[in-house]
Amino acid sequence: MQSKVKAARPQLLRMSHIEKTFRGDVVALRNLNLAVNQGDFLSLLGPSGCGKSTALRLIAGLITPTSGSIDWQGGKGDNDLGVVFQEPTLMPWAKVKDNVWLPFRLRGKSYGSVKDDVMQALRLVGLEEFQNAYPRELSGGMKMRVSIARALVTRPRLILMDEPFAALDEITRHKLNKDLLALREAIGCTVIFVTHSVFESVFLSDRIVVMAARPGRIIGEVNVDAPYPRADSFRTSPDYAASAAEASKMLTRAMEDAA
Amino acid sequence: MTVQDIEQPVVDTEEEQRARQKQITKIARWTLPSLVLLVVIGGWQAYVTLAEVPHYILPSPWLIAKTLVTDWDVLWPALVVTGRLTSIALILAVLGGLAIAIAFTQSKWIELAMFPYAVILQVTPVVAVAPLLQIYVDSAFLAALLCAWIVAFFPILSNTTIGLKSADHNLQDLFKIYGASKWQTLRYLAAPSALPFFLGGLKIAGGLALIGSVVAEFVIGRAGTGLGLASTLLEASYRFNFGRLYASLILISVMGVAIFGLMSLISHLCLFRWHESALKRED
Ligand SMILES: Nc1ncnc2c1ncn2[C@@H]1O[C@H](COP(=O)(O)OP(=O)(O)OP(=O)(O)O)[C@@H](O)[C@H]1O
Ligand SMILES: [Mg+2]
Repeated sequence: MQSKVKAARPQLLRMSHIEKTFRGDVVALRNLNLAVNQGDFLSLLGPSGCGKSTALRLIAGLITPTSGSIDWQGGKGDNDLGVVFQEPTLMPWAKVKDNVWLPFRLRGKSYGSVKDDVMQALRLVGLEEFQNAYPRELSGGMKMRVSIARALVTRPRLILMDEPFAALDEITRHKLNKDLLALREAIGCTVIFVTHSVFESVFLSDRIVVMAARPGRIIGEVNVDAPYPRADSFRTSPDYAASAAEASKMLTRAMEDAA
Repeated sequence: MTVQDIEQPVVDTEEEQRARQKQITKIARWTLPSLVLLVVIGGWQAYVTLAEVPHYILPSPWLIAKTLVTDWDVLWPALVVTGRLTSIALILAVLGGLAIAIAFTQSKWIELAMFPYAVILQVTPVVAVAPLLQIYVDSAFLAALLCAWIVAFFPILSNTTIGLKSADHNLQDLFKIYGASKWQTLRYLAAPSALPFFLGGLKIAGGLALIGSVVAEFVIGRAGTGLGLASTLLEASYRFNFGRLYASLILISVMGVAIFGLMSLISHLCLFRWHESALKRED
């Protein structure tokens, strides 16, 4: 039933027949076709080197495909994208609130005019009281929260996340997974989330796109139909186990294909 | 993250010992060099007095101290002259170094074309260049200034150039994604990233500006700069006035230390809030 709802979602962007070749002979992506719908929480799951980051960089417009096209529904506006990297990537010389202000600042908006948005983003990630702290005064998990606040402060249509929690300890990671879902409920954006972890992808996403390496390509998709919001108890449910088993199997095939 | 109340303060002997060690090191940082200074001065004074060394070979510390006071009317204006030359050269070195560094990072072509010449300017000993400057530059003051500037600007240029390029790659990507203009990227990303590098260059440049000024005074002489500390020192040596010679030398050193202290202070004030180098480590 969920899947039908999903099918009815309007499309946000489509990547068609994407090829990306680096320096003449490294084929990072081969014939990649992917449609992302509004409201998707889509995970890209795959072994190292299968082109997950390359796919995100293509969507972000940081690199251009060797061939193929990326089409945004209704064109790509200024405010359409938020990005979270594996590292928090904060400006160490700027206070927390100024880091979150950055996307607005680069569009010429004064702090005063967007203060409410900045504060609301910080409130959403639970760091309002740290607005005047410098990044070095924060823990790894808190820095990542600031990074997330920065990505969502402009209320983008799409947020790209490249293994954002990979460097964190498991407890912090679980907490942030849960908070990320809550945030997404609150602002209702689309997320493309890159991860190495089957469990993380099952807990977070409704679509898991599994990729294989050499050449980088999509080999299948797992749908996780459990409704949001998902509680911690989801981690111990049979649905969770089934989806995890399915994704694992596909991932194993991806590794074998590559070998 | 709850702080648990502890019934009675527990004394950690290791921590105690570390704290004590820190205290001792802190005291030693000042007392040890002072002690060395006292011993050297005392030994020097004793040697000159006991061996009856004539003052035109080695003046005693006492004589130098006396000269500092009696010749203050000569030394103070000299200090002002050298200080002025050094600070103008340093300021121009900062402005020039920054401007050229920014030009380099804005255009790869400018950098490719000009960088080798900046290096050549730097590696050619300034003592060898100074006489030429004197010949080609009409105003002797300008010649002296140019001489000090040439030595001082390079560390600013090279450090700032590296610094401007050192911005975090992911942050650079982020700026691109948000459509930042070249100017915004320079102002909000490259410049703050370069700040610690620039300040490192500034510390070196401060000392070099003084060296450049001293060389300029030696080579170009009082005609251009007025009677600075280095010219005073040179003149004193011609007249075997070794008390004044040493007094000038000491003032030059003091000036060097003061410049270094000032640059360190500026650096600390700019960085202490956020930069790793300014963090106090716990051990
Ligand atoms: N700028 C580049 N120049 C050359 N080769 C590149 C470049 N970027 C990526 N590659 C290559 O493209 C392939 C895919 O890289 P990519 O970083 O997208 O993989 P990934 O799935 O994100 O891996 P990981 O999980 O380790 O982050 C790799 O073989 C990589 O070496
Ligand atoms: Mg990657």
